[in-house]
Amino acid sequence: MALVEVQNIWKAFEGHSVLRNVSLLVNKGSAVAILGKSGAGKSVLLKILIGLIKPDAGSAMIDGKDVVTIPRKEMNALRKTMGYLFQGAALYDSMSVRENLAFPLERQVTLTQEELEDRIVTQLRLVGLEDAIDKMPSELSGGMKKRVGLARALITNPRIMFYDEPTTGLDPITSREISYLMRNLQERYQLTSIAVTHDMQCAKIIADNVAILSEGTLEHQGTLSTLEQSQDETVRSFFVSV
Amino acid sequence: MNTSVDHEQPRRRGIFSRFLEQTGSLTVFSLRFFPNVFVPPYELGEVRRHLDELGSKSLPLAGITGFIVGLIIAMQTRPTLFRFGADSFLPAMVAISFVRELGPVITALIVAGRVSSGIGAELGSMRVTEQIEAIEVSGIDPYKFLVVTRVLACVLLQPLLTAIVNAIGLFGAYVAVAIESSMSWQLYWDSVVQSLTFADVIPGLAKTAIFGFIIGIVGCHQGFHAEGGTVGVGRASTTAVVLSSMLIIFTDMILVKLTVWIWP
Repeated sequence: MALVEVQNIWKAFEGHSVLRNVSLLVNKGSAVAILGKSGAGKSVLLKILIGLIKPDAGSAMIDGKDVVTIPRKEMNALRKTMGYLFQGAALYDSMSVRENLAFPLERQVTLTQEELEDRIVTQLRLVGLEDAIDKMPSELSGGMKKRVGLARALITNPRIMFYDEPTTGLDPITSREISYLMRNLQERYQLTSIAVTHDMQCAKIIADNVAILSEGTLEHQGTLSTLEQSQDETVRSFFVSV
Repeated sequence: MNTSVDHEQPRRRGIFSRFLEQTGSLTVFSLRFFPNVFVPPYELGEVRRHLDELGSKSLPLAGITGFIVGLIIAMQTRPTLFRFGADSFLPAMVAISFVRELGPVITALIVAGRVSSGIGAELGSMRVTEQIEAIEVSGIDPYKFLVVTRVLACVLLQPLLTAIVNAIGLFGAYVAVAIESSMSWQLYWDSVVQSLTFADVIPGLAKTAIFGFIIGIVGCHQGFHAEGGTVGVGRASTTAVVLSSMLIIFTDMILVKLTVWIWP
């Protein structure tokens, strides 16, 4: 059963076409990686799915609701079932790690102070950062920020996770660690996830299926092994360097 | 992100169409405040935090400026009044000019320079680092959390700050009077109180709430719509000061006319 269903999405910015007739199906519990070069429109597609950008045409159904036409109030309710890891983690600079995690949680669920603290510590332990609970974002490394961003995205128990370039700016070792962490969390919480990346190593670890966004279209979709056999030049270019 | 294509566009548009676009955008952004301020959740903790942050840190600068302006006005006008034997009117003159006009406008301009630019830079930096989007994807309305709390803090803060600056300015004027004459504090203060009416004090303080709204909303609007990385943050901060200062002076001109019309 498809939890995410993108149909014929078109998006242009000031006459420059970014997405052209993009369609994508993501089944419940599966993990999809959307590969593409920088500037290919991957993040735009992800932001359309979370309702941050409106497409020019097409529909994007999440759990049966079209995020393109849904009223703001319903969209906010739907967003509570989603988690989003931003490219730069997007931690709130003025808040400590504890406050960053508490922020979405205390506004979505009614919890006692003890329960809140317990959820925060548990989540930080999952990403291996319980010692950083009182640190400010400026005191964290790039990899630590991503982990805290991941903990914050998952603390509200979302059903769908979106990852925007989860390994960009990280060294190869940390990239691999983050990718395995994403995979573990995906399996642990039975998440449906969509990651956009240009890191094939990351895609191989986290995804069951891969879609390649090239020149605004998602022409190549399938399992990693299927695409690995492809003779198409665009598809080959992603596998060749690994 | 591909929205970089979008950032190039404003440079190609005409100044007039950009002005209309900005005016429309600021008007719509401002009008969103009123329904949102009355609807829960109220985020009172955030309002308190901003009151403390914006108020306590603006007071020293506004207070010093008020003291010096009061001192200078008294020093400059006393010789002229003395020449006509009217130096006993000095406390009344300083009090009326300070409470009606100088206190509110000086405080508003000082706070605009400090607070509006600060809000513009803070929200601008949150915008370019996707922190505002992060709030939105958590299912929380960023306008309500970031804008309503800051603007409300500015609206509540400005009258209070102005009242304090007025008092400090009047004390500054007394210091100048005391240096050059033997007028006692008691006599000076009695003259000040007797010369002031509600028609001086109430409009003077009421308009500062409007100045507070301008300071908050312009800073938030600029920061909220910042784009183009660190350059955009700098631009948001600078524009916030320039625009809020201009709007304060322009609004004051209208409010003075309105006040004179209501209390001739």
